[in-house]
Amino acid sequence: MHASGQTLNGSEIFIESLRRENVEYIFGYPGGSLLKVYETLFDVKDIQHILVRHEQGATHMAEGYARATGKPGVVLVTSGPGATNTVTGIANAYMDSSPMVVFTGQVPSSLIGNDAFQEADIVGITRPITKHNFLVKDVKELAATISKAFYLATTGRPGPVLVDMPKDILNASCIFEWPETVEIRGFKPTIKCHINQVEKAAQKIAASKRPLFYIGGGVISAEASEELQKLAIQLNIPVTMTLQGLGAFPGNHPLSMGMLGMHGTYWANQAVNRCDLLIAVGARFDDRVTGKVETFAPQAYKIHNDIDPTNVDKNVKVDLPVVGDAQNFLAGLLEVMPETIENRDPWLAEINAWREQCPLTYSNEEDMLRTEFVIEEVSKQTKGNAVVVTDVGQHQMWTSQFYTFINPRSIITSGGLGTMGYGLPAAIGAAFGIKDRPVVLFCGDGGFMMNIQELVTAVHHKIPIKIFLINNSFLGMVRQWQELFHKEKYSFTDLGDSNPDFVKVAEAFGCRALKADNPDTAKAAIVEALAWNDGPILVDFRVVKKDMVFPMVPAGGSISDMLLARLNPKTMV
Amino acid sequence: MKHLISVLVENKFGSLNRVAAMFSARGFNLESISIGETEDAEISRMTIVTRGEDQIISQVLKQLNRLVDTIKVIDLTRQPHVERELLLMTLKLTKTQQHEIFELINVFKGKVVDIKQKSITIEVIGSPEKINTTIDIFRGYGIKELARSGAVAIHRGE
Ligand SMILES: Cc1ncc(C[n+]2csc(CCOP(=O)(O)OP(=O)(O)O)c2C)c(N)n1
Ligand SMILES: [Mg+2]
Repeated sequence: MHASGQTLNGSEIFIESLRRENVEYIFGYPGGSLLKVYETLFDVKDIQHILVRHEQGATHMAEGYARATGKPGVVLVTSGPGATNTVTGIANAYMDSSPMVVFTGQVPSSLIGNDAFQEADIVGITRPITKHNFLVKDVKELAATISKAFYLATTGRPGPVLVDMPKDILNASCIFEWPETVEIRGFKPTIKCHINQVEKAAQKIAASKRPLFYIGGGVISAEASEELQKLAIQLNIPVTMTLQGLGAFPGNHPLSMGMLGMHGTYWANQAVNRCDLLIAVGARFDDRVTGKVETFAPQAYKIHNDIDPTNVDKNVKVDLPVVGDAQNFLAGLLEVMPETIENRDPWLAEINAWREQCPLTYSNEEDMLRTEFVIEEVSKQTKGNAVVVTDVGQHQMWTSQFYTFINPRSIITSGGLGTMGYGLPAAIGAAFGIKDRPVVLFCGDGGFMMNIQELVTAVHHKIPIKIFLINNSFLGMVRQWQELFHKEKYSFTDLGDSNPDFVKVAEAFGCRALKADNPDTAKAAIVEALAWNDGPILVDFRVVKKDMVFPMVPAGGSISDMLLARLNPKTMV
Repeated sequence: MKHLISVLVENKFGSLNRVAAMFSARGFNLESISIGETEDAEISRMTIVTRGEDQIISQVLKQLNRLVDTIKVIDLTRQPHVERELLLMTLKLTKTQQHEIFELINVFKGKVVDIKQKSITIEVIGSPEKINTTIDIFRGYGIKELARSGAVAIHRGE
């Protein structure tokens, strides 16, 4: 640790600044413009550098770490291709509001703009996908810029921030001064909700006969689950959650309605359709949630609490906007809630009737293995206590339906961008952050190939993630849309002839691997995988090929368009 | 409806790009944008002319506020303000039309800034609407080239 007032070079200032920000891990990959930083890193013992095998992997790892712990993830990559390889991961963190700081090396200041070797205008490229970004132009500004970057990434609505560091800046020296406070005059997020709005919301909630909480990822990032639980239980209000909101309210509680939206539960969507009051907290009325906006919650008075004012009235016009932090809002409601509230028993009975009418079910025949079974079994065996990471596709939606999330920060998934290839690195990052709960990954056979190189990182660091490969030999979710909406033209979605033997592949990486193709072997494989902690383990679940995720509200459709099952049942195999 | 938005931004490289890129990324209409220094060397003022329904304009204002480099965003449209645009225009000069052209320049309170044998360059200052009319009227006289500054605007003093 260096004291303020010492003369340091840019690379030392970089490391020292990360220390001041209490960074535990850097997910990185070296290169020409970062040689000085890596020279410094060689002797650093208190911050661990994790060498990834592709810079996209570093970004998803950092995000997985951030979502699991609530702390910002840190990425370090070289200029040019190193920097451009982070673009997808940055966009992903931006869409899902994950705190992350990405440091990119840059060509020397004097060469910027000259099409120099390994030059890319990464500040220009990432402007629309970062909360903010910086090009450091003077070594004297480096420490202050880094402290601003962390402040921006973690304050208000979290998000990714990028700091571009030219090579000459990392070599130049100056007196190190760590700013004790950060002041950015153009950045003053509203944390505290307006009390009048909170009181008005409380009145509306007390007087509603059919209220419904619609909870998004903002409740998780604001650490407001406790307040939500108190409020919902005390006032007897059912809770539906978005993909990112799952776990904010315990899925095993009778008031939990599971997920809403395109692949949400029948009863959650019916409740949205029928409620007279919708209380949206930390959610953003995404099109995968609303379907056709004109018919979304048509009878409801809509309250919307969000920390980002641009989310309010963006897709759906609301009646009562409350800008501010979700915890502040929910805690405020608890304080000002009137004594007498409407009786909600008839409303809950109505909901339970829907639940019984169309439960989430599947048939499980002995000789075939279904993803639903695998996920439900993992849920049972981990008692809902795992940190669950997914990739993107059918398996992701089944995870939302068949894993019972009990705690916040239990689902780590790419929601906004829907990035295939996210799962494996995100699971590794989550496991660096969380050591006392199992980290399980549900990943499709398509998406697994997109960042498979990171399996080496997991093996090398003995990261005990459970890789549950949902191998249906198809780009399943695309196949589903082809069957439903594209004349069954299964164009380039059948991976059956080309998929590798995943068990052999994993073993070649040094990862233990098992295979399962029926409920019995699957159950046993899950037991074995959960007991194995000496590095990663992969289970190749040979599930049925042509299963479909239901219910489904087609894109842009209304609740009345909800599909509940295949029209003409076909073979699943 | 047309809106006139004044934005104070950090006088840093990239600020203009951030604003312009936000407009295109969000699909907002951007009729004109102008930028220049203010009384404070660290702050620039942008004047933006955009069009949209109230709900869109409210998003525009919020998105502008959300940018870290923006310090203040003011919708001047419904407040007392002064709005001006500069037009520079070169016209063909022919003997037969010479007289009419000079008369029109007077009508629009324009100024001759350059005159050659076959062409004349004039400047006109006024609201963007006045500039539109000026251009329309002069079209009949053979506009060779024109440049508009985009609107700049400011609150009226107390
Ligand atoms: C990077 C990327 N490319 C393409 C897509 C489009 N896409 C969405 S789901 C999907 C299929 C995923 O297949 P798989 O990983 O096998 O999962 P499954 O749906 O079969 O569970 C595709 C191609 C995407 N989401 N991300
Ligand atoms: Mg698949």
